[in-house]
Formats: sequence, C-alpha cells, structure tokens
Amino acid sequence: MNKAIEMRNVSAAYGENKVLHQISLVVEKGEFLVIIGPSGCGKTTLLKMINGLVAPAGGEVVVEGERLSGCDITALRRRIGYAVQGAKLFPHMTVEDNICYVPSLGKKMTKEDKQALAGKMLEMVELSAELAGRFPRQLSGGQKQRVGIARAMAADPDILLMDEPFGAVDEITRRSLQGMLQALQKKTGITIVFITHDIEEAFKLGSRILIMKDGWIWQEGRKEELLHDPRDAFVKQLIGGS
Amino acid sequence: MQLLQILWDRREFFLTCLLEHIRISLTAVVCAGVLGILLGAFISRHEKIAGMVLGVVNVIYTIPSISLLGFLIPFTGIGNKTAIIALTVYGLLPIVRNTYTGLTNVDASILEVAEGLGTDGRQMMLGIRFPLALPVIISGFRNMVVMIIAMGGIASFIGAGGLGAAIYRGITTYNMTLTAAGSVLIALLALLSDWLLARVQRRVNRRYGIE
Repeated sequence: MNKAIEMRNVSAAYGENKVLHQISLVVEKGEFLVIIGPSGCGKTTLLKMINGLVAPAGGEVVVEGERLSGCDITALRRRIGYAVQGAKLFPHMTVEDNICYVPSLGKKMTKEDKQALAGKMLEMVELSAELAGRFPRQLSGGQKQRVGIARAMAADPDILLMDEPFGAVDEITRRSLQGMLQALQKKTGITIVFITHDIEEAFKLGSRILIMKDGWIWQEGRKEELLHDPRDAFVKQLIGGS
Repeated sequence: MQLLQILWDRREFFLTCLLEHIRISLTAVVCAGVLGILLGAFISRHEKIAGMVLGVVNVIYTIPSISLLGFLIPFTGIGNKTAIIALTVYGLLPIVRNTYTGLTNVDASILEVAEGLGTDGRQMMLGIRFPLALPVIISGFRNMVVMIIAMGGIASFIGAGGLGAAIYRGITTYNMTLTAAGSVLIALLALLSDWLLARVQRRVNRRYGIE
C-alpha cells in the first residue's frame, strides 16, 4: 500500500456555505505535498479533514488505509503529526512536556523517557538541549516553531500535517526552518502535507504542488509542470512572482 | 488601646471565637470550592444550561444574607450547620462564575491543536483546559474565601459560633470595644487568608508558566 492519504470526491460545508467541492486526491507515502491558494480557498479545511478536525459533508477520507468515518479518530490522530502557524505550544508546559505530549497521551512516561525523547527531538529540530526546561513564553518565534514541529514528530507519525507553520516568522528564520524541514524529511521519509501562501516556499519544498481556488483543486503538478503549463491567468499570476 | 486591652484581657474567649470562625469558614470554603468547581466545570460543557445556572447562582447571591439565614432555620435549625450551608451557598457565585469563565475562555486554537494531536475528552479537561483556566479559578477562589470569612460574622445571629459572637455580644451589651475587636479580628483573618492565597496564586502562575 503506497497511499498515505486518499480523498474520494470529498466536499465540506460550514452550514449552508460550501467550502470544498469534489476533492479527489491521493498523497503517496513519502511525498511532500504543498497546498497553496489565496485565503478562503479551503486549504486549511482540506488539511483539517485529514485528521478529522473537520468532518466531510460528502465523500470519503482514507488515511493509512483506515476510513476516517468509523475509525478510532483519537488513536489515528496520535499517528498524524500536526503543526500550525504560531506553533500554539501549550503555555503551561515546559518544552520537554510539550515535545513529549503525544507519546504521553497513550502511555505513562518516566522522567528518563521524557528527557531522552526531548533530547532526541530537540536535536532533530536543531535546538539546544538546554531549552528542555523552558516555558514557551521564554522562546523566540523561530524556536517555538521548531518545538511545535518536534511536538508533531515526537510520536514518530506516518504523516505530518503543517498549516502555514512558517507564516509568523521572519525571512531569515523561515529559510533556516525550511532547510531543517527538508533535512528532516530526507532523514525520516515521512509524508508531509504542507500549506502555504508563499509560492517560493511551495516551489522550494514541494515534490508536488496543489493549487486551490474557491474550494476547488485548480491545478496540481510538479514545479516544472506548473511553470510550463499553467491552467489559466489565475495560476499564471500566482506563480508569476518567482 | 482599649481594643488591645480587651483582646488581651479576654484572650481565651477571642481565641475560641477565632478558632470557631476558622472552622466554620474553612468548612464552607471546602464545600463551596468543591461544589463550585464541579458545577462550573459541568456548565462549561453544557452551554445550554450555563446561562440558567449562572442566573440562579446570581439571584441567590442577591438575597440578603440575614434573610437567607432566616429562611434556612425551619429546615436546618439554628447553629453552625445552618451557617455553613448559608456561607457555602453564597460562596458559590464567584467560584462557579470564574471556573466557567476560565474554562470557556481558553484559547480555542490551542484546544484545536490539542484535539488534532489526539487528546481525548478527559485529557483535554484535566490536562489542558483546567490548568489553563487555573489562574482565573484561583482568583475566584480568593474572592470566595474573603467573602465567606467576612460574612461568617453574621452567622452568630442564628446561634452559630465564631467571631460574630463577639460582635453580637458587643452590640447587645453596648460594648463597642468588644464589637470593634471582633470586627478587627475578622478583617485581619480575611486579609491574612487573601495574602496567603495571593502567594499560592503567584506560585501556581509561575509553575504553569503564565504571568
């Protein structure tokens, strides 16, 4: 089985308001899929359907061979990493406890287990082990983002969902976070679905890029395909900047 | 000076009153605290009845304390038990309201991330919501404690013990010094408790990384 995620004719609505139309999508294992589009295009909704934070109004979502409707969603979520803009670390927990959050949901962890795991994860996101005892408010924006990614990765998930994770940091920090993420994916081979509104970021990171507009998948393909054969003026304008 | 004189001269009487006051207040604080936090937590999960419960608690709060004590006498008689019930009922408002407010005002984006990471309902309440609401809950708790200690002075009107007994005796015997001494002791007890709780609050906030 090579499909990490499959969406079959999925739609979503908030009340009467349809936000996603007939989304059919397969994400292969090990792929780095970047979703891009203007705000309100439904990209965050699409991402949240993968870990069941938004339920589909129609269609079927299958993650790691399990249909989301009718599976133990809480257990499945623990195998899907989730990182968001601004990191949203738990402010009342130390960096160590934030990182060990997901593994400790399922089992009791000793102090030694936590220390070892936090140390390993901090190294992975290229942070000093000394940060383990700090609280989120004592971290810089970039450090928070890294801890957010460490928290998402700590339970060794099969899939990592990222919703504009580098949206709230400065340009220099963003570059270094992007480099870290690329290295991390190369090392672990994890499947990543990544949302951005920055086309440069999309081209830099994505093995495949999905352009969304008004709740539709507007065009998808590799960087060269999009550059070579944009569907229309909207796509042209979107990728024109780079 | 008269005040200090009387406090010294009748120190055994005052000590008995003080200990009784602490015992009554503490019992009411524990009852109201446990009930209030449970009730606040419950209505934070059941939005539909939250408005109604808060309304009822609010109305109870507006009943003059002396008449609430009066209403209770036919059911629970006179004495400490009735006083503790009345104080508990009064103490509910700040703690229920703050528990509810604290639990419902936790940053929604943090709750969503927690859910997305695989937090179940119980873990969400105990591990995320409650600790993040704790500073607000503790400030409600402080309010409650000060109020219960202060209001405990009235309990002697229905035959309960405590420093109110000194005040009551002072009033009935035209001994203003006695009344003043009882009042000052109640005020000091309330201030001391508030100060101690403020320290606890600071420590909790620091422990939870919130300032």
